[in-house]
Amino acid sequence: MDSQARITAEIAEAHAATPPGGAQPRIDFLPYRSSALRHPTKDLRHADPEGIELVAPVFGHSDVDPVEADLTIQHGGEPIGERMLLTGRVLDGDGRPVRHQLVEIWQANAGGRYIHKRDQHPAPIDPSFTGVGRCLTDGDGVYRFTTIKPGPYPWRNHLNAWRPAHIHFSLFGTEFTQRLVTQMYFPGDPLFALDPIYQSITDQAARDRLVATYDHDLTTHEWATGYRWDIVLTGTHATPLERDDHE
Amino acid sequence: MSETLAPTPGQTIGPFFHDALPYDGGAFLVPAGTAGAVRLHGTVYDGSGAPVPDALLEVRQADPSGAAPRAEGSLRRDGRFTGWGRAATDASGRYAFTTVEPAGVDGGAAFFSVVVLARGLLDRLFTRAYLPGQSDAFLAGLPAAEAQTLRVVREDDGSLRFDVHLQGDRETVFLRYPRHER
Ligand SMILES: [Fe+3]
Repeated sequence: MDSQARITAEIAEAHAATPPGGAQPRIDFLPYRSSALRHPTKDLRHADPEGIELVAPVFGHSDVDPVEADLTIQHGGEPIGERMLLTGRVLDGDGRPVRHQLVEIWQANAGGRYIHKRDQHPAPIDPSFTGVGRCLTDGDGVYRFTTIKPGPYPWRNHLNAWRPAHIHFSLFGTEFTQRLVTQMYFPGDPLFALDPIYQSITDQAARDRLVATYDHDLTTHEWATGYRWDIVLTGTHATPLERDDHE
Repeated sequence: MSETLAPTPGQTIGPFFHDALPYDGGAFLVPAGTAGAVRLHGTVYDGSGAPVPDALLEVRQADPSGAAPRAEGSLRRDGRFTGWGRAATDASGRYAFTTVEPAGVDGGAAFFSVVVLARGLLDRLFTRAYLPGQSDAFLAGLPAAEAQTLRVVREDDGSLRFDVHLQGDRETVFLRYPRHER
């Protein structure tokens, strides 16, 4: 297995070789070893979106039970760890709220262990926490979860590889072209510089957009800490006249 | 018009999405046995030709009349056709949807819009799966070998096969749309 020093050096080389300002991860980022055979080598082909690509799937109250937004009450017991509130807005590239749309999250427990059967990290499973949640954004594009702060966890990318604590997010916009799957991180994580997945985004300002903000006004007395994270999807292609929400 | 905001970057779906994203009935856009139902299936391959057992595909499609469904209810379908489905690949890298064949929207070619996610893939990929015999200016503008990667094959049993090659000689053509900054 490669050392952290080697991975860290490869990250630095890849950053130096990438023009500044990239808004998205490099998909050919070899410090993330699993990407080697799984990234396309040809440039993505430009296509003008049409027809079905311009319409996102629609989700509603028939799809999502409100209790799915509270990951701490799903299993009859109190999960172990730091209870936290997590909220923010989902916006499109023009700053419009993405209303009444599905947000899905999944995460490790406080000890850094997923419920997933293939997670072999020898940290305890918490029978009161599966780490899976869903909600719909409200009329202002706001999502809201109650959960437990996840722990960092080891993985096998290289010797002594550890992922910074994170929550996986899955998002839809109003067009299917806006589909986004990403990960939210916590401020000040000492593992940021070492992590090839986070560092696959070579631009510091873009990386910063994946980091939530601690919000003391959201923190509640004797109950839970509060974090805020806004999400911006790519822009839509409809002209203003075609949109039904004029603002 | 407000100014354009910087987008939130994507990240890999990772290895542990199976308890969160796949769900009962996700791959059944229509119930099995529905009149006109067809299997849309295939294998996801990596650059060495090995199957990818931890990928997730989503399809978005019109109905057989070419209408783009805007009905809610994809997670709990209750008989509604919503034109969206989600399926993880199995241990052999295979996925399968049960659906109906879409028609083109507004006179366009008939295709499934497909999103591919996988462990090892740092951002989602978009592609199109064109029904047999369909074409349009985009498909016709591609070199023949590349266009072939976007064509659904009708199998002898009537099912539709669409394999995805993330890399390699038969690498699938993946798309970027205007306003996707890379
Ligand atoms: Fe993870």
